[in-house]
Amino acid sequence: MPPDDVSFLGIPAGLWQALWLTFELAAVTTLVLFVLGLPLAYWLNRSRSRWIPIVEALVTLPIVLPPTVIGFYLLVAFSPRHPPGSWWFALTGGTLSFTFAGLVIGSVIYSLPFAVQPFQAALKGVSPDLLQAGQTLGASALSVFFRVHLPLAQRGVAVGLTLAFAHTLGEFGVVLMIGGALPDRTKVASIALYDEVQKLNYSVAHAYAAVLLLTSFALLVAMTVLQRVKAPNQNP
Amino acid sequence: MQFLFRQAESGGFRAFTWPIRGPAVFVTFVTEMLKSCRVVAAALACLGGGGTLPAVRAADSVQIAAAADLVYCLDALHAAFTKAEPGAPLKVSTGSSGNFFAQIQNGAPYDVFLSADLRYPRELIAAGLADADSLTPYAIGRIVLWTTRPKLDLGTGLAVVRTDAVKRLAIANPDHAPYGRAAKQALEHDGSWEAVAPKLVLGENIAQTAQFVETGNVDAGVVALSLVLSPRLAGVGRYVEIPAAAHQPLEQGAVLTNRGAQNDAARRYLAFLKSKEARAIFDQFGFRLPD
Repeated sequence: MPPDDVSFLGIPAGLWQALWLTFELAAVTTLVLFVLGLPLAYWLNRSRSRWIPIVEALVTLPIVLPPTVIGFYLLVAFSPRHPPGSWWFALTGGTLSFTFAGLVIGSVIYSLPFAVQPFQAALKGVSPDLLQAGQTLGASALSVFFRVHLPLAQRGVAVGLTLAFAHTLGEFGVVLMIGGALPDRTKVASIALYDEVQKLNYSVAHAYAAVLLLTSFALLVAMTVLQRVKAPNQNP
Repeated sequence: MQFLFRQAESGGFRAFTWPIRGPAVFVTFVTEMLKSCRVVAAALACLGGGGTLPAVRAADSVQIAAAADLVYCLDALHAAFTKAEPGAPLKVSTGSSGNFFAQIQNGAPYDVFLSADLRYPRELIAAGLADADSLTPYAIGRIVLWTTRPKLDLGTGLAVVRTDAVKRLAIANPDHAPYGRAAKQALEHDGSWEAVAPKLVLGENIAQTAQFVETGNVDAGVVALSLVLSPRLAGVGRYVEIPAAAHQPLEQGAVLTNRGAQNDAARRYLAFLKSKEARAIFDQFGFRLPD
C-alpha cells in the first residue's frame, strides 16, 4: 500500500478514486442505454422489416464477443489517422482513446444487449388491449408509450438498467485496450485491481475485489427481487 | 435472439429462467450430467493410457514467460534454438515482467522466466521459487522516443515531449514494467516528468505501449529499441535514442523456476541464451550485451 495515500475506512484514496470512477462510468453508461436502448427495443418489437434478425444479432453480439474484439476495433476506430477518428480529431482536437468519453462508448456497446433484451421483453409483456384502449381514448402514440406502455413495463425496464449497470462494473478487456490506466480518468476498479495484483499489493487487491463482489451481488439480489414482485395490470 | 431473457407465460418478466422445474427433474439432470462426465473421463483415460494418440511428455517442452520487449526478438531466437534442438518445443507467453513475477509466485507453470530486469528474478530466488545458480543476465535494453506523427520534430530528443506538439505520451506502467521505470527515470533526468505527467498514457506492458504509438492513438511513446528495430515495426515512424546515462541500466535476467530446474531442455535453453548465436540476435535487435 503506498504510504502517501490518505485512507478512509482503512481503504486507500486511490481505491476510492477508482471505485468512484467505476460507478460514474456505470451510471453514465446506464443513462445512455436508457435513452438509446428504449427506442431501439420498441422499434425491434414493432418493426416488420426483414432486417430485424440482422439488427437483433448485432445488438446481441456483445454477449458472445470477446471484449478484446470490441477494444481492438475501438482502438483502431479512435486513431486520428483515418476516419472516424480523424473526424472526431478535426471536430475536437483530441482523440477518444484514453478518455472517459471513449470508455462510455465502449461500455455502451459492451452492455447494450444487457439493457435492450430486458427492455424488449418488458415492452412485449404489456397487454396490447391496454395500449389499444389508450389509443381509442384519443391518446397519441407517444402519449400511449409514456403514460401506459412504459409505466406498465417499468419493472422489466428497471431490470435492464440494473443489469446494464452491473455488467459495466464488470468491464475489463475493453478498458484495458482503450483506457491507458489513467488515475481518475480511465483507471476503473477492475484495472486498478489488476495493477495492484501485479504490484503484489494483495491487501489492496483484496479490498477492490471485495467491494466489486459485494456490489455485484447486491445488484443481482435487487434485480431478482424486482422480477419476483409481480407487477399489477399486466396481461394474465 | 432472446435466448437469455424470455418472457414468462404469466406475462411478468423473468431473466435466466432455469429450463428445469422441480427438484426431482433437477436431480435427474445432475445425474445425467455426471454420467456423461464419466463417459468423457473414461474416453480421455483411454486416449492417454492406450497410446492411440502420442502422449504429450511435459518434460520435453519448455514453457517460457518472456518480457514483452522480446516479443519479436524471440521469433529469431527460437528459430535458431529449434534448429539446434528440434525435439524441444518452446511454448512462449509474453507480457509484463511484473505480471509474470506475480503469476510464478502463485504457481504458474513456467520453466524459464525472461524478465526485463534483474530484480524480479532475484526476488524469485530470494523467495525460494527459482534456481539461484541459473540466473543469467542475457541482454541490456535500450529505450527510444518513438513517433508515427510525420511532423513531430525529434531533433531536440526527449525534450520535445514538453512542447504542445506532444499532447499524449505513452510509457509502460512504471509501477510494474521495467521499461516504464526506465522511461520515468529518463523523463525525471530530463526535468520533464512534472510537465509530462498530465499527458501520460500507461501501457500494460511495453508491447502495448508500442501499439498505442503504432496505431496513432498517442503522439509519441517511450518504447524498447528492440520493438522499433523488429521486422514488424522497422520503417514505421521515426525514433530518437534516449541516452543510457538518463536511466538505470535495463539489465535483463533469465532464471529457471523450480519447475524448470528439473527440465533438461529448459537448462539447455538457458545456456543457449549465452551462446554466440543468441548474442548476435540480441545485438541485431538493438540490445547491448552483458559481459
